[in-house]
Amino acid sequence: MSFVYFIFIPMLAALVIPFLYKKVRGIHTGWFVLAVPVILFSLYTTFLSKVKNGESFTSSFEWIPSLNISVTSYIDGLSLLFSLLITGIGSLVVLYSIFYLDKTREQLHNFYVYLLLFMTAMLGVVQSDHMISLYFFWELTSISSFLLIGYWYKRDRSRFGALKSMMITVFGGLMMLGGFVLLSIMGDTYSIRELIASAPELGNHEWFVWSLILILLGAFTKSAQFPFYIWLPDAMEAPTPVSAYLHSATMVKAGLYLVARFTPIFASSEWWIWLVTGIGLLTLFWGSFFALKQTDLKGILAFSTVSQLGLIMSLLGAGAISFHTGIEEDSIFKYAAFAAIFHLVNHATFKGSLFMIAGIVDHETGTRDIRKLGGLMSMMPISFTIALIGSFSMAGLPPFNGFLSKEMFLTGMLSIQDFNLFAFDTWGILFPIIAWIASVFTFIYSFYFVFRTFTGKHKPDLLPKQAHEAPIGMLISPAILGSLVVAIFFIPNVIGDVLVKPAVVAIQPYLYDVPEDIHIHIKAWHGPNIELWMTIGIVLLGYLLYATLSKWQPLYNKFPQGFTLNRLYDTMMFLSEVGTNRLTRFYMTGFIRSYLVYMFTGIVLLTISTVFIKEAFDISFATLAPIRFYELIIALVLIAGTLTILLAKSRLTSIIALGAVGYSVALFFVIFNAPDLALTQLVIETVSVALFLLAFYHLPKLNRHENRMKFRLGNALVAIGVGVTVTIVALSAHSQKLVPSISSYYEKTVYKEAGGGNIVNVILVDYRGFDTLFEIAVLAIASLGIIALIQLRLTKKKEVNRIEDK
Amino acid sequence: MEIVMCFVIGFLFMAAVYLMLSKSLLRIIIGTGLLSHGAHLLILTMGGLEGSAPPVVSHGVTDYADPLPQALILTAIVISFGVTAFFLVLAYRAYQELGTDNMNLMRGTEDHD
Repeated sequence: MSFVYFIFIPMLAALVIPFLYKKVRGIHTGWFVLAVPVILFSLYTTFLSKVKNGESFTSSFEWIPSLNISVTSYIDGLSLLFSLLITGIGSLVVLYSIFYLDKTREQLHNFYVYLLLFMTAMLGVVQSDHMISLYFFWELTSISSFLLIGYWYKRDRSRFGALKSMMITVFGGLMMLGGFVLLSIMGDTYSIRELIASAPELGNHEWFVWSLILILLGAFTKSAQFPFYIWLPDAMEAPTPVSAYLHSATMVKAGLYLVARFTPIFASSEWWIWLVTGIGLLTLFWGSFFALKQTDLKGILAFSTVSQLGLIMSLLGAGAISFHTGIEEDSIFKYAAFAAIFHLVNHATFKGSLFMIAGIVDHETGTRDIRKLGGLMSMMPISFTIALIGSFSMAGLPPFNGFLSKEMFLTGMLSIQDFNLFAFDTWGILFPIIAWIASVFTFIYSFYFVFRTFTGKHKPDLLPKQAHEAPIGMLISPAILGSLVVAIFFIPNVIGDVLVKPAVVAIQPYLYDVPEDIHIHIKAWHGPNIELWMTIGIVLLGYLLYATLSKWQPLYNKFPQGFTLNRLYDTMMFLSEVGTNRLTRFYMTGFIRSYLVYMFTGIVLLTISTVFIKEAFDISFATLAPIRFYELIIALVLIAGTLTILLAKSRLTSIIALGAVGYSVALFFVIFNAPDLALTQLVIETVSVALFLLAFYHLPKLNRHENRMKFRLGNALVAIGVGVTVTIVALSAHSQKLVPSISSYYEKTVYKEAGGGNIVNVILVDYRGFDTLFEIAVLAIASLGIIALIQLRLTKKKEVNRIEDK
Repeated sequence: MEIVMCFVIGFLFMAAVYLMLSKSLLRIIIGTGLLSHGAHLLILTMGGLEGSAPPVVSHGVTDYADPLPQALILTAIVISFGVTAFFLVLAYRAYQELGTDNMNLMRGTEDHD
């Protein structure tokens, strides 16, 4: 079964969508789209049973065989889990969007084409085994995300958010490409599986850490980790189905996927462990801390997504520690990867449903501003229930799936201090403390989100619309996700065995061969251990702080605006635009003189330094012609003429002097035995001087005041530099002739072969006649150009037209 | 003689560059004229100035001046003349349309930035 082509099914469907949109106006286009992810989801579920037993599948087609580039789909536990998330949540999001987007007012064909394009890109990212095709799909997710964020392209904020996310994710994508290329050079293959197989040799390579950091940059930008998270809150300008799908459940997890996929290659490095764990934890804290500052429902959810992605990232980093501890020790690091994947699934369920609820609230009340909302519980009871489930799960409360993963997370962070490599035994104590504080904030913003929206006083006069419950179709998708949240709590081990364990085998192949090797059983009740007390502490402190929220929330506004990362980004953009503009204006002056100075200075510096470095200067007195009296006289006349041009006050004088220079050049030609040259030079100099006089005669009256050329030192220095350079080059070139002239051949054969006595003329029309042909062409073009210049007066005509129009 | 010519050519180049950096359009074209003179003399000098007879076949002469640089210069003279003539008419038209020959005033308009 060549399932590699499954990846392209959404893209092919996208080709048909615009026609369906135009031809079938009665039915919402989304219904046709819905079939695609549903079919794909059922196709991918057929892999489940075999992957559960540790099998993996490969299917590929050649793309550019000569460069060894192919699109390879590799399905193991990790990629299957992601494929199911993409298609499963994709189906629910399409269903939700059918009720969310109005078929008469919205450009539905654009929306669904972008969405299907994104689905192909995302499936390609998670299934690609070839790094180049992985990069190809990775950038396709960036582009389709850009298009989806800017879907309402008439709004300024949408365009700003789309551009910002594009800049940041494409920056990361390019860095990642660099990492891939380094990795492929080190391992001599583009296949990730083959790289994993040769991972132990890669660790000693000098580029190893570079490729590690570059690939992590790609993962961090895509997964909105610190400090690259800033694009995610601005991406909330996208329609809510897009936010639910891309910016909570799938695309932002592409970075997590990348980290998980490359863990077997990089886990041996302490850089990997420190960066992934540390940045993840920092992001977790930062996101949860600033989520409380937001007043926009989707803003809260965006920061909460950032924070939860950080949590998963830090667990993946802790999972990489297992590479150093080995299978024998009963260490928790073996389970950190399990916890990461488990929380990844949980997060996709509850965050998807929360986004959909935020969209419903927006849709039914007309605002997402939490200060205007309140008391919606009685009006929107179903939405409230789902929001409550999602928020409690996000806060980590039983009986919801977030509780289970939160406990595992705390266990993982607590055990980091036991790890005695890479200075973790000294700094490790910080990890559980930061994690615990972040969890307290998570608890507060979860409560803040749900209770500020649904309880308290209703403010109907602030709302643009009369609030009421959403249509049932819009509630189906969040309801399904909400019931999954509860179901996973009660039967966690089904998900654990079927989905999570095969994925963990893919992340930690050095520990496990088949999913059955993982002896882990998720328990809701695991005894009165330290994690339980930490959870109780979170709930108590979190509730206390939530109750006093109105007292201390204004403190957030005291935070100086000038030091935020958004300000840094804006400043960088400003500097790159305005700064380069100023730089360009600085040297692109618009004066021809400036550019000539640049060019001449460049010529002088390059030539002189080359002559100096290569020690090429030489004067040879071996084959010189004798200096004769007449020649010296002519040289003096020529120099005098040139000086006259430079010093002349009137233009007429300088033109006459130029004529004098031309005639002395002609005399040189006479003396140096070049009769044809002398003839031509005399005629042409005469005509040129006549032309100069013509131009002089037509000078405009107002500028006729004559003045001497002002002496300018800068110009003089450049000019002297050029003169000296030419002299040096001429002397050196003449002194170091390597081969004799080929002219003896012409001299011998000119009469015999060509039947002529004037060697120069025979060369011009016989030996090298092509030169002459095109020199004639040059003259023809010049004369035609001159005629055209004089006769065509287009601007004048335009002025006449303008007058007639008036 | 070649060494003297090298200095003469260097001087021509220097004067040409100095004129090309000036403000007046006419002086710039004069500068290009000097530059082409310098280049032509440079080609001739680099070919060698030893020959004692013009390159026209005649009995008893073996020491001709090198004909190849002369052919090259002849071509170059004609081409530079064509270009100079075109430039001059262009300058003449620019005077007519713009009413100035000051290069500092010919900077396009602000819209074209």
